[in-house]
Amino acid sequence: MSTKSTANSATKTQEGAKGPSDPRQAPINARLTPAEKIELYRTMVRIRRFEERSLRSYQAKKIGGFLHLYIGQEAVAVGCCSLMGANDHVITAYRDHGHAIAVGMDTKPLMAELYGKVTGCSKGKGGSMHYFDPSRNFWGGHGIVGGQIPLGTGLAYALKYKGLKGAAMAFMGDGAVNQGAVHEAYNLAALWDLPVIFVIENNGYSMGTSQARSSAGDLARRAEGYQMAWGVCNGHDVYEVRSVMNEFLQRAREQSKPAVVEIKTYRYRGHSVADPDRTYRDKSEIEEYQRTKDPINVYRTSLIADKIFDDAAAEQIDTEARAEADVAADFAEASPFPTPDDIQKDVYWETDNPSQRTSSGRLFFT
Amino acid sequence: MPLITYREAIRHALSEELDRDPNVVIMGEEVAQFNGAYKVTEGLLAKYGPKRIVDTPISEAGFIGAGIGASMLGVRPVMELMFWSFYSVAFDQILNNAANVRYMSGGQINCPIVIRGPANGGTNVGATHSHTPENVLANHPGVKVVVPATAYDAKGLLKSAIRDNDPVFFLENTILYGEKGEVPEGEYTIPLGVADIKRPGTDLSIITYGRSVLHSLAAAERLAAEHKISVEVVDLRSIRPLDVDTVLASVARTHRVLIVEEQKPFASVGAQLAFTIQREAFDELDAPIHRVTTVDAPAIYSPPVEVEQLPNPNRIYAEALKVLA
Amino acid sequence: MAQIIEMPKLSDTMTVGTLVKWLKKEGDVVKSGTMLAEVETDKATMELECFFDGTLLKIFSPAGSQVAVGAPLCAVGKPGETVPTTATAAAAAAPAPVAKAAPAPAPAPAAAPAPAPAASAAPVAAAASTSSSDRVRITPLARKLANEHQLAPASIQGSGPSGRIVRADVLAAAANPGARRSSASLPTGSVFAKGPIQEDRAVAVSTMRGVIAKRLLESKTQIPHFYLEVEVDAAPLLTLRQQLNASLEAEGVKLSVNDFILKACAEALRRVPAVNASWEGSQIRYHGAAHVSFAVAIEDGLITPVVRDAHAKSIFAISSEAKSLGRLAKDKKLKPEQFTGGTFCVSNLGMMGVDRFSAIINPPNAAILAVGATVTKPVVDGDRIVVGQRMSLTLSCDHRVVDGAVGATFLAALRDVLQKPALLLI
Repeated sequence: MSTKSTANSATKTQEGAKGPSDPRQAPINARLTPAEKIELYRTMVRIRRFEERSLRSYQAKKIGGFLHLYIGQEAVAVGCCSLMGANDHVITAYRDHGHAIAVGMDTKPLMAELYGKVTGCSKGKGGSMHYFDPSRNFWGGHGIVGGQIPLGTGLAYALKYKGLKGAAMAFMGDGAVNQGAVHEAYNLAALWDLPVIFVIENNGYSMGTSQARSSAGDLARRAEGYQMAWGVCNGHDVYEVRSVMNEFLQRAREQSKPAVVEIKTYRYRGHSVADPDRTYRDKSEIEEYQRTKDPINVYRTSLIADKIFDDAAAEQIDTEARAEADVAADFAEASPFPTPDDIQKDVYWETDNPSQRTSSGRLFFT
Repeated sequence: MPLITYREAIRHALSEELDRDPNVVIMGEEVAQFNGAYKVTEGLLAKYGPKRIVDTPISEAGFIGAGIGASMLGVRPVMELMFWSFYSVAFDQILNNAANVRYMSGGQINCPIVIRGPANGGTNVGATHSHTPENVLANHPGVKVVVPATAYDAKGLLKSAIRDNDPVFFLENTILYGEKGEVPEGEYTIPLGVADIKRPGTDLSIITYGRSVLHSLAAAERLAAEHKISVEVVDLRSIRPLDVDTVLASVARTHRVLIVEEQKPFASVGAQLAFTIQREAFDELDAPIHRVTTVDAPAIYSPPVEVEQLPNPNRIYAEALKVLA
Repeated sequence: MAQIIEMPKLSDTMTVGTLVKWLKKEGDVVKSGTMLAEVETDKATMELECFFDGTLLKIFSPAGSQVAVGAPLCAVGKPGETVPTTATAAAAAAPAPVAKAAPAPAPAPAAAPAPAPAASAAPVAAAASTSSSDRVRITPLARKLANEHQLAPASIQGSGPSGRIVRADVLAAAANPGARRSSASLPTGSVFAKGPIQEDRAVAVSTMRGVIAKRLLESKTQIPHFYLEVEVDAAPLLTLRQQLNASLEAEGVKLSVNDFILKACAEALRRVPAVNASWEGSQIRYHGAAHVSFAVAIEDGLITPVVRDAHAKSIFAISSEAKSLGRLAKDKKLKPEQFTGGTFCVSNLGMMGVDRFSAIINPPNAAILAVGATVTKPVVDGDRIVVGQRMSLTLSCDHRVVDGAVGATFLAALRDVLQKPALLLI
């Protein structure tokens, strides 16, 4: 019988490393300035308000296709991405809005991308699932479950090949751990000692199938089969995410060692906003998490307790985040769509750089 | 000019590009210590060491995907597939990730990877190891597909492929590995997308590529000797980009077309060619376009029958006479 | 201003949602995030979320109704605020709600039954469309070359598979006009040519040829034909025609003998309408209008375009219509209504030099007139022999409909008007 990962195994690594008893006191968190702590809060709120606004736009038929919301998981992306150095890289799956905002992408082109506008971060060619910003070491935004994990392994390979002291964080959902490509990537990373952290954002459900009904055994513990380090942590506490991930990132950067980290989190919305949400879980389950573990509320309470800010300041941040989301929506609304002429741009480097083309012959067909 | 094998020509291209660009890495199953399943990479480990010549586990989705990810960060991996037939286990990496990432990122990300290996039937290895996926690959905008027929072409095209900033899929042939051809010493490249007229003629254009070029040349000799028919053999060399101009110019000279391809007929490269020819050279055609393809079934094992399933000089000769009827 | 909440798009494929139940009622205080109702989409039952703070002022769509995406569901605002009526709200947001119980509208009855063309009404060559065996097989290149040499493809003998004309055939034909296909142009070869008169070959029966064969065989074997023949003094007609054509040339008028005959037939049918009839087995149908058809030879067959209501048309109108129909027939561009529905048919081989002949009736007509050439010959005028212009007319009659006396009366009327052609100008 399969069981959920137990709290006892939290932050255990193969080497037996222990997580901090109070993550707030962990050095990586203790050295944060009040302004930095507030920024983490602000980023989490900005992600949530951006997505709430995007849902409204989706329901008003402004956005096509799928919309996989990250609401409830904000502390994971914000905590992980806040640790990034110049040579650290991120790649994730299709629930990518949080990571994009967490690495610093402007919300206007992000919203415009959802609207399919030419001002979108991918010029309206990718949509919700395909945000990219290589200038911020953010490599997407990938639609096929688990398909991005070999790519993230390749990013780590490139870092090692070039002798750069950096790490790649390859995010996936708990549903991805059963994909073959993920295990192939685990094997390569361990075999070649690549500086990659495989981050399992375990929100409990692979679409509508619970972890218990889809995955045998503990998710991160599978790393043991590859003699890889692993850990588990709570994803509603941004301090804990930072302290656990920091250990593995440091190890990857310094020793070029991979790891699997399972971060327990929860999503409030359906798999995509179009998907039913009552066939596999009770509303009370969502409400219970919101009441006790909402990552924004938990962090806000902690910041107020630590006198980092007060209610009014938190409200002010919230108001600003709503306004930012509205501005993003207005920007998206006012932006033009790509034209049919744009359809065949950005397909080949060569056709986009005709003066440097070395091949000849026809690249597009009718 | 020295006569070297197709295999050696590829090796020379790899070696020269390893020398030229420190970002070039050779990865694949058995490419290093084993010296290559078909000995293409023989000696490269000794010369360049394990950082540049990397053995991978049998894990195509994993290592091809990792190569694609590394290429996004500027490494130029040249991945060997022991057989192109194994592309199916890495299909998501090759055709969702490599083919689409530039587009989906609005042009922000490039994927300068080369995936190379043999794609052919004719060696009695059965249906699972005899796929010729150039049509499937070329169906994906964003990728380039090259199928060299000779040692000279293989070297020049591979060097261009490695320098290309888009993903290039390079389809070789285990039967051609031992074929010798004249290859000059030293540096040269052949641009992708330039077809080569391997034999000029006036009565019939055979449009072909890969090993079928050799069969077509043999058939052309017999047609000339027995029927005084002058056959032009056009070797496409590159499937995408496709040198349509050279094809149309040949059609305008001969007015009759036979396409020869080691492909299953349905939606093959030849099907696309035939469409393009009738669309753009309709008034030049003096007969319907004919085709010699692989006989439409999974690759048969039985050695003498497999010869008949594939294009061969006899089948090409017979079909050519029908075009000229 | 109250906020109108519209049926949201809740899935990528949703166009209509069913409002399952309201979770709030009018007057309830709501805020952003409150769930207002349950909506069933094509994928799931979802909750309708409120994005505004205020009071639920008005519910437009009751539970159970199906509502199009974008149509108004309810209004949220301050208590006491004016709420747009459903109608105006609906008008502002298309598409309007779809009533759940509304049955799909029954297909509107067709305005009028399409006139089903009676199979028997089709003339001989009903199928004017070209079948593949009709068309000339020629390669694209050969067609282009034939155009450049101004050679009709039909005049070129093809040497390719199935007689396909290829480039070499066109070049040979251009170099040697004698090599052209004999069937489509007069032979131009040597009188003493030794070769075969034509290639031995079997040609598949075209659709048109098949129709001709079937219908004429039926006509000739099933209709009791009899034949009546008269000779007409064509001199007055020829004189009048010459005068009219000379005087009206500037107007573009050029009447043919056949135009006079068509007009004359229409007039004779008016006088003897018993001929304007059809056998229908248990009844005989008498037609109120004279729709006069005329046979036109076309490639690989013939067709009979119809001058409709010829009895009510002037000779000039008939002439211009017949010309246009003839041209369309040659080009195989006649529409079905232009070659079906004739009530009487004229076949004129006079221009081909035939003195006289009898024609096979074109069912379901009761008669067909065969017109021979106008011949210059000695005729007895009183007690003198003079040079006369005589035209032979042969009427084939369906004895089931037309008896000898009726046919004779018709021919007499026809002769009368042809010999007093001024009557045809009235």
